[in-house]
Amino acid sequence: MGAQIRVYRQKIASTQSMQKIFKAMELIATSRIGKARERVSASLPYANAITRAVSAVSSQQDIEHVLTSEVENPKRAAVLVLSSDRGMAGAYSANILRHAEELLESLHAEGKETDIYLVGRKAQGYFDFRNREYQEVWTGNTDAPEFLRAREIGERLVDSFLEDTEAGGVDEIHVVYTAFHSLVTQVPTVVRLLPLEVVEEEVSDSTELYPLYEYEPAPEDVLDALLPKYIESRIFSAMLQASASELANRQRAMKSAGDNAKDLVTEYTLKMNNARQAEITQELTELIAGADALSAS
Amino acid sequence: MAEHELEVEIVAEDRFVWSGPAQSVSARTAEGEIGILPGHTPMLAVLGDGDVVVQQTNGQTLTAHAEGGFFSVDNDRVVIVAGAASLEGESAGQGAA
Repeated sequence: MGAQIRVYRQKIASTQSMQKIFKAMELIATSRIGKARERVSASLPYANAITRAVSAVSSQQDIEHVLTSEVENPKRAAVLVLSSDRGMAGAYSANILRHAEELLESLHAEGKETDIYLVGRKAQGYFDFRNREYQEVWTGNTDAPEFLRAREIGERLVDSFLEDTEAGGVDEIHVVYTAFHSLVTQVPTVVRLLPLEVVEEEVSDSTELYPLYEYEPAPEDVLDALLPKYIESRIFSAMLQASASELANRQRAMKSAGDNAKDLVTEYTLKMNNARQAEITQELTELIAGADALSAS
Repeated sequence: MAEHELEVEIVAEDRFVWSGPAQSVSARTAEGEIGILPGHTPMLAVLGDGDVVVQQTNGQTLTAHAEGGFFSVDNDRVVIVAGAASLEGESAGQGAA
């Protein structure tokens, strides 16, 4: 009987210490999420400006550019997966990896090979554990991404895109990330970065037509300079949204873990009290039985 | 068009830098120096190294370092987009914010 009480006491102590961790993680996530959302909105003016410019140039149909023209028979596709470095964010990484798997499967079904690029230790661990190959991985700072990282990834992907397919280059670039809609909704999203799909997407949201721009230098050169920046900006905005989503997920997961821990502590406390009461009752019964036996003799 | 003024916006990769009315903007493009006055034809140009000078309507001059970007002119709206941009005299602390 005493053993039972001790077991409950241990369980309560460990649950309480976990509860403290959950609480701390929740508070950290809550404090960082505001910053992350600010950064998402701070990057918007640049993203809008560059999207507008790229749309304007590429909507002039007489310009042919490597980055905008589709290959007739795409053979290989690059997939960039944005996951997190740490767990404790509920199903965040699992969801993103599941979507990545679905994308990979559909690409394979179309007869395309895939080059995988990963961001975040969780994705790295997932692929390492299954002994699956990936081209490159970037880890660290997934909850506070930096522009330099986005630039590095962008350069790597664009280089690979510009290479010939025979030489190991890719014909398509996809990104899997978690879009941040609000604190309660974050949606795992798959987008194709290249070849560009800007035109159809952008005309709908700006009512005015693009003017006929004068270009300096030639339109092709302007596109040459703009497109890599556009890709970088898209990747950066995906990373920022992913970081905000990660924090929102972590906050939610830690909140429910903390609540669960609290419920468990209450339950264990009740059970422990029960066990203690049972022990006292039993001792009393034994004492009375002993006294009865003595007085009867 | 002459009485119109330019509406200038400067944005960097990760933040909004400055916006306001201006009389003229001069910048260095990949091909050379260019000055923009109200009523300029729409244009898109790649920025070269060098400062962008904005002549504000209140008479003040604003100098911005803009690296690796481009600018567009469209209906007297000038958008200067740079990889890294900072205003002359802007403190380092503000630049990092």
